Amino acid sequence: MDSSTPLITSPSLTPPLFVRFLRNVGRGAVDSLTQVGRFGMLLVELVRALPEWRQWLPRAMEQCQAIGYGSLFIVLLTSGFAGAVTSLQAGYQFTGSVPLYVMGAVVAESIVLELGPVLTGLILAGRVGARYAAELGTMRVTEQIDALEALGRNPISHLLLPRIAAGVFMVPALVMLANLTGLLTGWLAAKSSLGITDADFIYGTRYFFRTFDLWYSLIKAEVFGVVVTLIPCYVGFSADQGAEGVGRATTTAVVVASVSILILDTVLAKILLPT
Amino acid sequence: MIELRDVHKAFGRQVVLDGVDFVVETGQTVALLGPSGTGKSVLLKHIVGLLMPDSGDVLVDGMSVPRLRRKELTALRRKVGYAFQMGALFDSMNVYENIRLGIVDEALYRDKAFCDARVAEVLKQVNLSPDVARQMPGSLSGGMKKRVGIARAIAGKPSYLLYDEPTSGLDPVNADAMDALIEQLQHELHVTSVVVSHDVRGSFKVADRIALLHHGKIRKVGTAEEFVNAKDEVVREFLERDFQLLEAEH
Repeated sequence: MDSSTPLITSPSLTPPLFVRFLRNVGRGAVDSLTQVGRFGMLLVELVRALPEWRQWLPRAMEQCQAIGYGSLFIVLLTSGFAGAVTSLQAGYQFTGSVPLYVMGAVVAESIVLELGPVLTGLILAGRVGARYAAELGTMRVTEQIDALEALGRNPISHLLLPRIAAGVFMVPALVMLANLTGLLTGWLAAKSSLGITDADFIYGTRYFFRTFDLWYSLIKAEVFGVVVTLIPCYVGFSADQGAEGVGRATTTAVVVASVSILILDTVLAKILLPT
Repeated sequence: MIELRDVHKAFGRQVVLDGVDFVVETGQTVALLGPSGTGKSVLLKHIVGLLMPDSGDVLVDGMSVPRLRRKELTALRRKVGYAFQMGALFDSMNVYENIRLGIVDEALYRDKAFCDARVAEVLKQVNLSPDVARQMPGSLSGGMKKRVGIARAIAGKPSYLLYDEPTSGLDPVNADAMDALIEQLQHELHVTSVVVSHDVRGSFKVADRIALLHHGKIRKVGTAEEFVNAKDEVVREFLERDFQLLEAEH
């Protein structure tokens, strides 16, 4: 026998599959709870930083311009096409079965209640969310956030609050503009393809419209405004491990913000809409 | 005075600091040496509370950093200038705004005339032209970024200065210039400084005392002469490696 061959072979050190499964579940649960705890701490820090308005308010104005003006074109483009296609599809389904003035109600309600806020939210989750997560993630891995803290300045009021405040201020404004654009393009599409008169379209829109619909749209916009800024800010702020960490943070921010919008859309409909 | 007492720090299973005892007397410059990845920067971050020890204590001006409340920690940080390894300049701001953020007194920070004068003054102290103030960090060389980082660190007139690898990534000429700058600032500002480095030659030049961090512990503290004459094998090995590189360069 070769002298290098061990006389007694040691048992495998790999634990059984069931133990590994339990270990992974446990690890996942601990990680999730840690994230929840950190997110909660961040919310507390955000509230505590609110009185430092001299720091965050001027910076929030800069961010408002970036979110509002910077996203205006893509938001209006999307809502414009959404309004037109809603009108065309409704026309395809309803022509001959219901009065044409119903088109006004279908387009207005679809845009104001659902498409305006949700499409704007999803677009901003991609555009603003990715930008914020990448910006803050890069600042984290290049020690810029550490530098801010080392200077005795609060990164929450310098970096996070301005971005979240910009979302709170600007997303509702963008959603209202998206609603208006969607309504106008839907009206134009209905007019050109179905031959509906202006009077019929306006009658249908006003007949089914309730002021609460606009409030509902605004509430959704406000919630989505927080989601598309707060989640990417948290994820970017917690980024680590160099360029790979920043890339992962950016993807995570967009995915989590988008999914959160869809979940909250359902939850808000269930809570706020009388059925 | 800065004092670390039996500081332990681990990230997951990786133990970085394993009972560090370290003292920097007021007015002294201490160079903290050690190979890359031994936790020198981690130790430095404990001094300003960017990292908290798992156990042990960090004292600055007699105050225990881990026990400070948020406002007290902010007040302490405003007494400490921290020059980061790569400068850590804010990309979205020009050099002027970067340095201005270092003026930690809020009233002075809002005084435009004071800020203009102070930024010009610190740029001169780090041997940079006043024109640099208008440039964005992206257009600066590595050495210039480090200098601007130091300018930002001294803009608030700190009592302590912490340098994280001030000469890393610089060519020998610029590394010498940086060492000369650290010496010059020490004479002009009379601050208590900690210089984290793996550059033995530069550390011997700028520091009153030298400490060697090895396997999470301070292996030796002493003057440059005491280090050169040290019998400790680990110390000798670390010094010889650097001096061999030096000889190879020449």
